[in-house]
Amino acid sequence: MIARIYVNLKRDVSDPQGNAVKGALESLAFKGVEKVHVGKYFVIELDDMRRDQAESLVKAMCEKLLTNPVIEDYSYVIEK
Amino acid sequence: MKKVKFGVVIFPGSNCDMDCVHVLRDVLGQETLELWHKERNLQDCECIVLPGGFSYGDYLRTGAIARFSPIMEAVTAHVKTGKPVIGICNGFQILCEAGLLPGALIRNRSLRFICKPVHIKVETKNTPFTNFTKKVLTLPIAHGEGNYFIHAEGLKDLKDQDQIVFRYCDAGGKVTPESNPNGALDNIAGIVNKERNVLGMMPHPERCSERILGGIDGKHIFQSIIHTFTGQI
Repeated sequence: MIARIYVNLKRDVSDPQGNAVKGALESLAFKGVEKVHVGKYFVIELDDMRRDQAESLVKAMCEKLLTNPVIEDYSYVIEK
Repeated sequence: MKKVKFGVVIFPGSNCDMDCVHVLRDVLGQETLELWHKERNLQDCECIVLPGGFSYGDYLRTGAIARFSPIMEAVTAHVKTGKPVIGICNGFQILCEAGLLPGALIRNRSLRFICKPVHIKVETKNTPFTNFTKKVLTLPIAHGEGNYFIHAEGLKDLKDQDQIVFRYCDAGGKVTPESNPNGALDNIAGIVNKERNVLGMMPHPERCSERILGGIDGKHIFQSIIHTFTGQI
C-alpha cells in the first residue's frame, strides 16, 4: 500500500518561498500565475492492511511527527 | 559562594553546546554538565540549556525530531516542577515543536540565513532570565528559520500574559520594522511560557559573554538565572 501525503502551510502563515517561486516564474515570462504555495509531499510505503487501519496510521503519523499543526495542514491519498 | 548546576543538552547536530558550557563553566564558574540527548536522567541539574545548532540536520522541520529525543521526557518533567529551561535558537525551535512554548519558528522572510548582531529590547524584567539585564541588549543572531509565528488568539494571549520577553529594536530601543531581521511577528525575538520558567530566544547570549568577542550583554541573561537561585551575581 502507498500513502501519498500532501502538507501545506496554513493560509495565514507567510510563504516567502511561494512568493519567491512566483516571482521567478513571472521573470521567466510565464503568465497567468496568481499564487504559488510551496509544500511537502511524502510517499510512504505501508504493509498491506485494511484501508481504515491505513487511514488511522497515516493520520496518527501526520499529527505526531510529519506535520506541525500550528502552521501546517495536510491531506492524503491511499492506494492499494 | 553557591554554584548553580546547569545542564547543557547535546543533540546530534547541536553546535553551540560547547560555547554554552564554556560560558557557564569557565566564564561564570558554575557547575555545568554536558547531557547527551539519549540520557534520561538530568542528574539534579537546576537549569537546563537547549543550545543552538542543526539538530538532526533540521530534517523534516527544525527541531521536529530532537523534540522526541529520550532526554526530552526528563526535560518536560523538569519544566513541570517549575525549574528553568533556556532554549537558544535551535533550542527555541525544539521547545516550540515540543509544545513547551507556544507558536512556531518558520523560514526567514528574506529566505536568507542571517548572521549579524542585532539589538533586542527587554520587554519584561519579570522572568528569571531578565531580572538582571539592561533594557536594550546587543546580541548576534545566526539563523535561517527565526521568523516567529503564532495565530492571532495566541498573540493576544502572549501580550495579555506579559510573555513576550525580547523584541528586535534599533540601537535606541525603538521597535521598528527596519530592525526586524527575519519577519518575526510583532518583532518577537524571545518568549516565556505562562509559568515563566521556560525561555526561548533566537539570538545567542553564549556568543556574547566575553569582551574579547565583542560584548557581554549575553552574560547578563545567564547571571539573571544565577541571581534567581542564589541571590548573588
